Amino acid sequence: MLDGGRQEPMTTREIRLDIVRAVRIGLLGGIVFLYLTLVGLVGAFSERPLISGFISLGQTLLLLSMLGVGYVTARLLGNPSAKSAAPQGRAIFMSSLAGFISGGILAMLVIIGQRIDVRDVFVNATTELYQILTFGRGLPGVWLLPIVSGVAAGISAAASRLPGKIRSPIVWGLASVAFFGLFSSLFRTILTGISPGLSPFARLFFAPGEGLTPGGAAVFLIFAAGAAASRRLGGQTRVAKAIRSKVAANPRLRWLGYALLVLVALLLPQVSGPFLSQVLALVGLYVLMGLGLNITLGFAGLFDLGFVAFFAIGAYTMGLLTSYGPQGLVHISFWVAAPIAMLVAMLGGLFLGMPVLGIRGDYLAIATLGFGEIARIVVGSDFLAPWLGGSQGIIGIQKPCVGRLGPFVAEGVPRDCFGLELVGPQSMYYVVVAGVVVAALVAWRLREGRLGRAWMGIREDEDVAEALGVNLVGTKLLAYSLGAGFAGLSGGIFAVLVGSIFDSSMQLFVSINVVALLIVGGMGSLPGVFVGSLFLIGLPELLREFSEYRLLFYGLALIVMMQAKPEGLWPSATVRRELHAGEEPTAMSEAGANPA
Amino acid sequence: MYRALTERLADWGIVAVLWAFRIAVILIVVVGSVLTLVKGTYTRDQWIDLAIFGLSQGGIYALIALGYTMVYGVLRMINFAHGEIFMSGAFAGYFLATALNRAGTLNANPVLALATVTVFAMAVSAGVALLVERVAYRPLRQAPRLVPLISAIGASFFLQYTVRGLFGPGVYAYPDILALQGEWIIFGVGILKRQVVIIIAAVIMMLILYTFVMRTKIGKAVRAVSEDREVAQLMGISVDRAIVVTFALGAAMAGAAGVLYAQIFRQVNFFMGFVPGIKAFTAAVLGGIGNVPGAMLGGLFLGLVESVGPSLFLDGLGIVAPYQLKDAIAFTMLVLVLIFRPSGILGERLVTKRA
Repeated sequence: MLDGGRQEPMTTREIRLDIVRAVRIGLLGGIVFLYLTLVGLVGAFSERPLISGFISLGQTLLLLSMLGVGYVTARLLGNPSAKSAAPQGRAIFMSSLAGFISGGILAMLVIIGQRIDVRDVFVNATTELYQILTFGRGLPGVWLLPIVSGVAAGISAAASRLPGKIRSPIVWGLASVAFFGLFSSLFRTILTGISPGLSPFARLFFAPGEGLTPGGAAVFLIFAAGAAASRRLGGQTRVAKAIRSKVAANPRLRWLGYALLVLVALLLPQVSGPFLSQVLALVGLYVLMGLGLNITLGFAGLFDLGFVAFFAIGAYTMGLLTSYGPQGLVHISFWVAAPIAMLVAMLGGLFLGMPVLGIRGDYLAIATLGFGEIARIVVGSDFLAPWLGGSQGIIGIQKPCVGRLGPFVAEGVPRDCFGLELVGPQSMYYVVVAGVVVAALVAWRLREGRLGRAWMGIREDEDVAEALGVNLVGTKLLAYSLGAGFAGLSGGIFAVLVGSIFDSSMQLFVSINVVALLIVGGMGSLPGVFVGSLFLIGLPELLREFSEYRLLFYGLALIVMMQAKPEGLWPSATVRRELHAGEEPTAMSEAGANPA
Repeated sequence: MYRALTERLADWGIVAVLWAFRIAVILIVVVGSVLTLVKGTYTRDQWIDLAIFGLSQGGIYALIALGYTMVYGVLRMINFAHGEIFMSGAFAGYFLATALNRAGTLNANPVLALATVTVFAMAVSAGVALLVERVAYRPLRQAPRLVPLISAIGASFFLQYTVRGLFGPGVYAYPDILALQGEWIIFGVGILKRQVVIIIAAVIMMLILYTFVMRTKIGKAVRAVSEDREVAQLMGISVDRAIVVTFALGAAMAGAAGVLYAQIFRQVNFFMGFVPGIKAFTAAVLGGIGNVPGAMLGGLFLGLVESVGPSLFLDGLGIVAPYQLKDAIAFTMLVLVLIFRPSGILGERLVTKRA
């Protein structure tokens, strides 16, 4: 290493070192494989085909981790800073070795599992799992696993050494197949929803249940690969760049883009059917809550882990005001009750905010978590059951009515609606969107104003902010109660959307969801709230197989996010600049180019 | 002028709300207790039962709280995943205990079997904690304060759902040790054997830990790092090692607590760590976070209040099913302590800026 002349005799040592490294990566990879299978991911995903008749999601998962092992090995061996980048052939060989070892460990599980029943401990070590792992061949097929794994790892290592011109089309092609395969039923529903005439077209690409047809997969692969290749070759870039710069320069064109986005958002439930509308409405409700917490946490830096308390206040206020069931008090219409629910939640925020204002940082998080839990326990207790229904909840919440609402007749009978009654999720979606638009406008205008700057000042340094004349108490309380108000509105709409509310809907999970979506989207960034909700709420709803593992992925995402990208997927410009302050100037200029 | 007025109004408002909080809590406690005692719904034996049960629970909270308090001491972070480390200890104990039960050892030689199960649970918990520390916390040691907390929340969910995936979502019955059944009559009052054993075991564990921290060299290093990390480093103490030891010790205590907890409730579940975890954190704050004897005291106190409180404070006020509000009492205590006395009962270290 010290001087070039001694490099020749060191090659055997280097090779030995590389082998040790490859074995280590292989063992680690094996542990990852074991984890994926035993935790049940492979088994659960195997029920869903990616390309109908060819490959399931579970197999894809395994294959991806095999490719990952190869990629990591190739990267670590071929580390250019190590001055002794391993030659092509050796890197591929080592990667295959690592992949072989990883696959071998998984094969050991099959062999052991066939002899000893480990199901008493590991519930997922079923015969079905072994069937999947041996490609349906039983014990004789167990040797396939390490071989496939080794080959996959070797291919991935070879691919990682290819020039970008060839690699990028391959990656893009495969990624697009995976993407469309994953969301095949979504796209099929939308295609047939746009016009029934498109349904034969949809049938061509998407298989009847889930997944793509082989032909569809080929089309997506070729199309995406071709697009990537042409982009790579430079043919399109200049045109694309020209378009982009023109759009950026012309505000009217940009507004046109926004208008188009809004139009799509408005038309989406019409083409996507009730199930997707329900998902979209749920995403919207979380966006609403996220916008609220974004004020409290993202702008003012007050960590609230009990946000569900305000959601509960809003939901129960709405229930008490509008229900025609036994708990209903005044039976007013949704349109009157919604602002009241918001106001009550704001008052709740004020009331809960006052005592905890003096608490800072992570203590505040725990204190508010306490509030959230207290809210859930009290709401579900027998003590308040005569008013809030206890674990029976509040039922029979009046749907919103566009038009005149008939008089309240008797308990258990909904009021008549002379006009348009918003019953299903497809129409409730618009109520959610209206709420989101209002909240987003309020949050946006406030952030740009004096109050927003005061909030950010508090977030950065309370003492300095106070010295600069920011009224800490009032400003914090305002952030607290505004955020609470949005959560309350969200809760109110949720109550109407579902038609009934129970204490079991007020779990800590809701609060964690909101915090997580802010973190994933980017703290303090308004588009980040949308991105985060789509990723954390919409995605798991669409991938039903994921739902059981949703929190597993949350946990992983939070850990990885904090280390790799603490600023979130779509960060606000300030946060991004702050977190990358010490890095090269290119990152800075990028941050400036992307308004958030 | 106008601004000054609103500011003063807001300040007064807060003072008023805080006093209203104080007075309401004191009123509930005093009036409730008096009414309950006057009504005489509960006999003396029942009160003693509740108190002993509370102490045995409190001993478990205290053991878990030690982990929170020690980690907070060295890293100034809330190890949100600590409840899950407790849970993994309980699960490890469950699997070993089931195996021993099948082999017949559990009831043939209960003391040895229980000791083995406990040690195994402690080892597994320590292993999990070290893994979490290595993967989720160590890379973030220089990051802003909220970052490790979020990572810890992530680790908590990851561990919970890993256990759920690996071992299933069900509630598993812990094998019963026959020797722990029944009661002892002490001073004419029947006390469940189980609870006495748990209290004694918890106290022994705490004494061992306390001696370890106070008497051994590495314990001294942990205390030094907790006092001032940089100065300790300058004195030649390996900070990394001290942190690892802290995590391992706290986790071992949590693992032991997991086994003891399973002796009371006789079941394990992947979600079982959350509530005891939060309560143990309450106990740690109650005793003054960063303070080892404080965590022990706080745990016992919390257990006692939580067990006796619903009957004592709420029953007299005519609240139906006060036992349902047991957790609410614990959480209310948490909030009250954080508001009114964040330095805790034995708080030696005042909560300074950013704490």
